Amino acid sequence: MAEASMMTDELKKLIGVPGEAITYKVEEGAIQRYAQAIGDPNPLYNDVEYAARSKHGRVMCPPGFTGWPVKASGVSMFKLVEALVKAGAPPRLLDGGIEYEFLAPIGAGDVLTATTKVADMIEKEGKSGKFLLATVETTFVNQNGEVAVRAQASFINR
Amino acid sequence: MAKQLYYEDVDVGAEVTPLAKIATTRMLVQWAGASGDFNPLHYDEDFGKSQGVSAPIVHGALKRAWLGHLMTDWIGEQGVLKKLSCQYRGMDYPRKMKTMEQPHDGETWWCKGKVSRKYEEGGEHLIECEIWVENGNGEKTTPGSAVVALPSRSKG
Repeated sequence: MAEASMMTDELKKLIGVPGEAITYKVEEGAIQRYAQAIGDPNPLYNDVEYAARSKHGRVMCPPGFTGWPVKASGVSMFKLVEALVKAGAPPRLLDGGIEYEFLAPIGAGDVLTATTKVADMIEKEGKSGKFLLATVETTFVNQNGEVAVRAQASFINR
Repeated sequence: MAKQLYYEDVDVGAEVTPLAKIATTRMLVQWAGASGDFNPLHYDEDFGKSQGVSAPIVHGALKRAWLGHLMTDWIGEQGVLKKLSCQYRGMDYPRKMKTMEQPHDGETWWCKGKVSRKYEEGGEHLIECEIWVENGNGEKTTPGSAVVALPSRSKG
């Protein structure tokens, strides 16, 4: 007996549709608090004067930090996953991993525009049954119109 | 920060200089505030149990950030991290606190890596690495990969 597919029409409709773009400024203090939370003493993140004398001329973000994300990546990503659950995806969510491409450096004072979408979603069969694997892509474009970071996160709904 | 690493200094199979980390409950709260991930799974034991997790778990993204630290320390300021990826395969449980500042004795995590490929492309000197976080039992809970561009001695 064939089980019904988890991939409902409502879910299929969400694939490829970008969420609302969010524009915000990367704050120096947010960078420093993030570096401290990792335990990374790199002076490019922590020392304002050192960073100002570097080739970047400003406090830089550690890789993967794109500004404090209440308005950006993390939250819009999880909102998107909530939308998936509302559209019929199973509710137990696992963060599967992430893949970053760093295309331009990001530092304090940069203004980023983040856009998130479900790039792909497939139904898979694992040891403990069927699950949905969603690839959620967030693109961060800086004030010069360059794509600074592209992040592809994997979420498993089971 | 270590001294500057050059493309010529690195061979396939070489080790990325390992980096030790100790996850504590205090650090997880600090990370939640700094990253904006306030999922109670990472600080509320009862909530964790309701989700089928025996104790608060270390954020996958914190382990990912440790791997970023591993790579940027290794490549030095003239190196450029081009790509970083990892998968959250195994759960890790932070050490609990003994005092306000000091955790109990327990597990130490190691961020490690190995050079898997060395190549030139588009005028850049690139190094690809297998990277991972391993727990106190030597299990790779967070495997991944990274691509970096290094300065070359021959081209200044």
